Amino acid sequence: MSVAIKDDEIDIVIGAVRSDLTSFLNEWRPMFSRFHLIIVKDPDLKEELKIPEGFNLDVYEKPYMDRVVGSSTSVLFSGYACRYFGYLVSRKKYIISIDDDCLPARDPKGFVVDAVSHHITNLTTPATPFFFNTLYDPFAEGSDFVRGYPFSLRSGVKCALSCGLWLNLGDYDAPTQALKAKQRNSRYVDAVMTVPAGSLVPISGINIAFDREVLGPALVPALKLAGEGKFRWETMEDIWSGLCVKVVCDHLGLGVKTGLPYVWRTDRGDPIASLKKEWEGVKLMEEVVPFFQSVRLPREATTVEDCVVEVANAAKERLGSTDPVFARAAKAMLDWVNLWKSVGYISSSSSAV
Amino acid sequence: MVEPATASLAAAPAMPQLKDELDIVIPTIRNLDFLEMWRPFFQPYHLIIVQDGDPSKTIKVPPGFDYELYNRNDINKILGPKASCISFKDSACRCFGYMVSKKKYIFTIDDDCFVAKDPSGKAVNALEQHIKNMLSPSTPFFFNTLYDPFREGADFVRGYPFSLREGVPTAVSHGLWLNIPDYDAPTQLVKPLERNTRFVDAVLTIPKGTLFPMCGMNLAFDRDLIGPAMYFGLMGDGQPIGRYDDMWAGWCIKVICDHLGLGVKTGLPYIYHSKASNPFVNLRKEYKGIFWQEEIIPFFQQVLLPKDCTTVQKCYIELAKQVKEKLSKVDPYFDKLADAMVTWIKAWDELNPPRGGSSMPNGKAA
Repeated sequence: MSVAIKDDEIDIVIGAVRSDLTSFLNEWRPMFSRFHLIIVKDPDLKEELKIPEGFNLDVYEKPYMDRVVGSSTSVLFSGYACRYFGYLVSRKKYIISIDDDCLPARDPKGFVVDAVSHHITNLTTPATPFFFNTLYDPFAEGSDFVRGYPFSLRSGVKCALSCGLWLNLGDYDAPTQALKAKQRNSRYVDAVMTVPAGSLVPISGINIAFDREVLGPALVPALKLAGEGKFRWETMEDIWSGLCVKVVCDHLGLGVKTGLPYVWRTDRGDPIASLKKEWEGVKLMEEVVPFFQSVRLPREATTVEDCVVEVANAAKERLGSTDPVFARAAKAMLDWVNLWKSVGYISSSSSAV
Repeated sequence: MVEPATASLAAAPAMPQLKDELDIVIPTIRNLDFLEMWRPFFQPYHLIIVQDGDPSKTIKVPPGFDYELYNRNDINKILGPKASCISFKDSACRCFGYMVSKKKYIFTIDDDCFVAKDPSGKAVNALEQHIKNMLSPSTPFFFNTLYDPFREGADFVRGYPFSLREGVPTAVSHGLWLNIPDYDAPTQLVKPLERNTRFVDAVLTIPKGTLFPMCGMNLAFDRDLIGPAMYFGLMGDGQPIGRYDDMWAGWCIKVICDHLGLGVKTGLPYIYHSKASNPFVNLRKEYKGIFWQEEIIPFFQQVLLPKDCTTVQKCYIELAKQVKEKLSKVDPYFDKLADAMVTWIKAWDELNPPRGGSSMPNGKAA
């Protein structure tokens, strides 16, 4: 790593949507083994988790989750959203979260990409959201700010979120993948860049990292589609969460980076089946994006919690009557903030199942 | 170690696209030897050479190119008193080439820029990539994490609303440089040996509302959509500032593109930038700009163009008015610059009378 971060400042949170994590964890072992892992089992998953030996980890399953948050609230954490429980109980500064069907990628020279190290580098170097640098991340080795970049903006702001990308199965929606069945993302773009302030972006939850200390409850397990399923094509929870995070970051002067690192996303699922089952998500984005583009947070909202509550209230007011899924999302956001206040800040150590 | 492609490596495309619709504008004060290397890619196109400096000097153009060449005497003759808006002893004079062109597209390149190689060793046909960029839509309203969704092998990601997938017309394609990076003088002084060796295989739209430093070394644009806003300002001889010509144009075009719903792309193609200019000379030229840009940037970030500015010219005249109002207090130079901006539009309209008699709006005002 380029910055001296202590290993005990990092939690790797894995949401187990599938039960057999053996090959996943073994492939990631060189990158994960020095860190503490939090594995959260999807409460709907019936099979026992299979986890290989040799990791320093805590595993959380439904009974414990019910005890901590109450069984009516634990519904927040079903499916891919189970990872948010890990965010809640973590006590570390940085969190890295990767889908359980992703493996380490290789760069064009054939070297294995250490996604953990890359994410930490992204989070520990400044972001530059107020002016676009045409050579991308000016803090990357061999790069810098270009001619014409104002000097007063060169110290940048804290990077709160690092969004990585995916080789092989790109994070396309179901219609796109169904139409271009053979399309795989094979382009390795050797860049990290800051998403400009005021610009919204669909943040995929497949490969992300964030500063938990700074962002707190800004990542929200809120938007649950009526027919939400166990493939990413059947979810939009991360997209809603990411839009919320971006609005909050823009308001509080925090940065969001996108680009490296890549992970290798294995082929899984059938986009046509997902499309038949659930196209609601695609339709909802037509309302969701204009909503987030129009949200204005008041100057008095100076904490992440305040901001999330404002967004939740705005969602309830402006989208609540459009579709019940939005009213539920707004309520989930408020429940989440309250949960965070009561559980997220407890200083006692977490206990494993 | 990054190297340029040799002339033999460059393979001419089977069908040169837009060869009757695109002009290549090259400012020069020395010579045009670099054209030999670009021959396979440039020869099908018409060149507009803008000769800066001493007009009595003869600039030799390598044989086989179809070109028109303008020196200072030509500029003065064609524009008369309006020639005052065209810089002297600065590559900003290139914008005269934009004005006299009769084509829809312009590609402009510096005379110290060679053909680059991609990571596989293949010569990069920069012109071809710029054309691809301009002929496919931009997506300024929502950021696509897989960059330009119209590139082969890419697409819109999950969560990208379908209603935004048509995109908007692309007005500008901003290319990059391997080898000598486009750093300002202070950075050049601190890092004289740094070379850009990172080939980033991406094109992306710069989001609406975001400004960027536009470099004129490797740039293409749609003259019909944005041409009148591509004025490169008052630089060089008799002016207090240099090396801000393309920057100024970049801030102006971005504000206008955002207002009119047009797109600006950046990224590929790369060219190989061979010459590092003298950082001490650069520092003297840029010095004032480094301070002034601290005022200029907030100005452009806050500029609001009224809804009735529906053409590029109207937007530009309004911008000139606001420059005069708000930036003159920074330095009287901006007063002069605002006047020159108006002169430029007058000259542009004279040389480019609207077809059909009425000027068409270029896009939808925001």
